[in-house]
Amino acid sequence: MDFDLSKPQKLLQQSAREFFARACPPEKVRELMATGTAFDDALWRDMADQGWTGLIIPEEYGGLGLSLVDLIAVVEEMGRACLPGPFISTLWAASLIARAGSEGQRKQYLEPISMGEMKATVALLEESADWDLDAVSMRADKDGKSYRLRGRKEFVNDAAVADLIVVVARSGEDLVLLPVESGAAGLTITETPAIDATRKLYSLEFEDVEVPESSALAFTTRIREAVEEATETAMVALCAEMLGGMEWTLATTVEYARTRQQFDKPIGAYQAVQHQCADMFLMTESARSAIYYAAWAMSEKDPLAGLAGAVAKAYCSDAAREVGNRGVQVHGGIGFTWEHNLQLYYKRAKSSEILFGDAGYHRNAIARKVIDEVE
Amino acid sequence: MDLNLNPDELKFRDELRVWLSANVPAPFAGRGGEEEKGEHFEYLRAWQKKVCDAGWAGISWPKEYGGRGARLIEQAIFTEEWARAEAPQLINVLGLSLIGPTIISVGTPEQKQRFLPKILSAEEIWCQGFSEPNAGSDVASLGTKAVLDGDHFVVNGQKIWTSLAHVADWCLLLVRTDPNVPKHKGITALLVDMHSPGVTVRPLRQMTGDSSFNEVFFDNVRVPVANVLGEVNKGWSTAITTLMNERAHLGTGIYVQFKRNLDLLLERSRQIKRGGKPVSEDPVIRQKIAQAYMELEIFRLTNTRALSKMHNQSVPGPEGSILKLQWSEYNQRFQQIAMEVLGPAAQLHGFDDGQWIFNYLRTRANTIEAGTSEIQRNIVAERVLGLPKSY
Ligand SMILES: Cc1cc2nc3c(=O)[nH]c(=O)nc-3n(C[C@H](O)[C@H](O)[C@H](O)COP(=O)(O)OP(=O)(O)OC[C@H]3O[C@@H](n4cnc5c(N)ncnc54)[C@H](O)[C@@H]3O)c2cc1C
Repeated sequence: MDFDLSKPQKLLQQSAREFFARACPPEKVRELMATGTAFDDALWRDMADQGWTGLIIPEEYGGLGLSLVDLIAVVEEMGRACLPGPFISTLWAASLIARAGSEGQRKQYLEPISMGEMKATVALLEESADWDLDAVSMRADKDGKSYRLRGRKEFVNDAAVADLIVVVARSGEDLVLLPVESGAAGLTITETPAIDATRKLYSLEFEDVEVPESSALAFTTRIREAVEEATETAMVALCAEMLGGMEWTLATTVEYARTRQQFDKPIGAYQAVQHQCADMFLMTESARSAIYYAAWAMSEKDPLAGLAGAVAKAYCSDAAREVGNRGVQVHGGIGFTWEHNLQLYYKRAKSSEILFGDAGYHRNAIARKVIDEVE
Repeated sequence: MDLNLNPDELKFRDELRVWLSANVPAPFAGRGGEEEKGEHFEYLRAWQKKVCDAGWAGISWPKEYGGRGARLIEQAIFTEEWARAEAPQLINVLGLSLIGPTIISVGTPEQKQRFLPKILSAEEIWCQGFSEPNAGSDVASLGTKAVLDGDHFVVNGQKIWTSLAHVADWCLLLVRTDPNVPKHKGITALLVDMHSPGVTVRPLRQMTGDSSFNEVFFDNVRVPVANVLGEVNKGWSTAITTLMNERAHLGTGIYVQFKRNLDLLLERSRQIKRGGKPVSEDPVIRQKIAQAYMELEIFRLTNTRALSKMHNQSVPGPEGSILKLQWSEYNQRFQQIAMEVLGPAAQLHGFDDGQWIFNYLRTRANTIEAGTSEIQRNIVAERVLGLPKSY
């Protein structure tokens, strides 16, 4: 048993850290967040050259075929850099295609995703903003050999840069997964400016968007489970990204506490400040325990993986925000400025808290599993 | 990262599992709690004897002293299996978690031979005499004196908050042997027979109503020089070894107890009704129970992670320094949640034998004993994060 990243995983992580420090410094984050899509094609291709866009995609589809634990080692570094762009969205869509797509569909989509030629996202939430799959109500009505999508999807990450949008809709009682290419007739994508400009959100209007029945990702009878598992994969990656953000905030705050002087002493010599930093450390390391375990349990298909994922996201959602709160407090006035990079991480933490369900949502999931499902 | 057990680890787990399933006794009727209360004490002592005879006490101790020579990983497996089997905790907790490991690291061969087997069998109960009325968090400022007289030290002074002293046979005692040097440099650790002439134990009553810690007075108590643990005037480094073990090993037994408390609360939450429905269906209560489950799970994982790190790299990693904060503060939050779940009945001494009010009150001490939360945070800030010293 070894509850730590292995040597190769640590090397992978180290190279990712160096890569993002070079390729995505804070100035780059700021530059991208000021654009309409927060996306940089050259950066994406460099990431693809490293193999990261296909990190957990099987080798037969051009990926590296590595495990979820390998993936989170890299994603942690994306979080440390506050990397903008559609990495988590694409991972989510790819995980869904891998689970629900036919052999042909996997080839069709996973290969270009691995190569960095295709970005993707998933359109799940609607006006109800409810992560529960029962809340999906957008219609995909059968019309001959096609589905017709009518309605709105909300809170869709990265839709404007996605070449492919996997829409979760309802046909009769059933969930259907319909891949829609960007620029499809009848699809209107509108940005909904939100707290985190480094990862944009969009509202999608579907006016009779036609999708051939044969395109549906329907190579499984367990559509619901496929969506749940793909979402859990993307969610644990998001948690790792949050962990990287917490580490950045902690390191930056400790450094400031060591150097900023007031009353002729570094502020880090005052216990009121020390204890804020100690709590940030406690939350960061607690999050790491939960995330590494969840990623491992998922990669092993452990029966308790779903519970482990809910524990990780419930914890990280509150912890990432709270680490940010403490970080701003220790910085004083400078921490509240636009200029200081804390704001980038602070806002990312908030948008990540919400994405895939906040702490309350996942505590509900935990409650169902530990209170209601008694053997 | 690989949490799968290797063949040796699996073999260990299966063996332990089989033994536990055949040997775990029926639960003690009554609230138990403070281990030393009369009958419960004897129940636990008998249990530990049985555990020890089968070779499951002190599994990480060397074989020649009755241990198993097992590794830290097995310690983690041990904890999980113990919790799973709902086996009672071991009674001689200070001996097993703190004092035994200290004797193993710095004791003489004679001391190991003499003391370790009886710690494992609970034949001799141990206590830890560190704190004094004027030396708590700053324990290095202690004033209990020991003066050399031939081949004995003569001890005079007072300890306080000494858990188990009223039932203990032996004490790991910190004394001042040189008052003329900086405070950390004049301390010696002694292994003191609690039945020696001149030792007086006066129980102190706690807010729970129980008396589990004591004042201990030393009046010309003679301790053989052979009972110095470590070196004379190097007692601080012996004490640090003990405190590190306290941090590393206490978490293990504590998880077992916490898991049982949570499971019992889950059971009660399904039985107790409010507004015509089980409280387990109340959405606010569900959130709180889930929060408790999550925190306990994260403590378990961090504990396993710390053991695994120590095992693979032979030095404790930084995550070890948050365990005490995690468990003590979790338990305070958990017992408060329990009171809310259980409702007005929880305050009755007659409900579940009063264990909930006992536990609720007892948790106040969790953030004080074994290093206060403030001291733990100072340690994280200064030793782990490298912030300047605040004092
Ligand atoms: C149930 C229980 C069992 C115990 N069992 C034992 C035992 O078996 N053997 C033994 O030797 N001792 C035992 N203790 C004693 C325990 O170790 C001490 O209570 C503890 O170290 C704190 O010391 P104190 O009580 O003197 O408080 P103090 O040290 O006086 O602390 C009072 C308050 O001041 C804070 N404080 C002190 N110094 C600092 C600082 N530098 N920075 C910030 N805040 C500070 C503390 O955190 C605390 O909040 C036990 C205590 C309890 C409650």
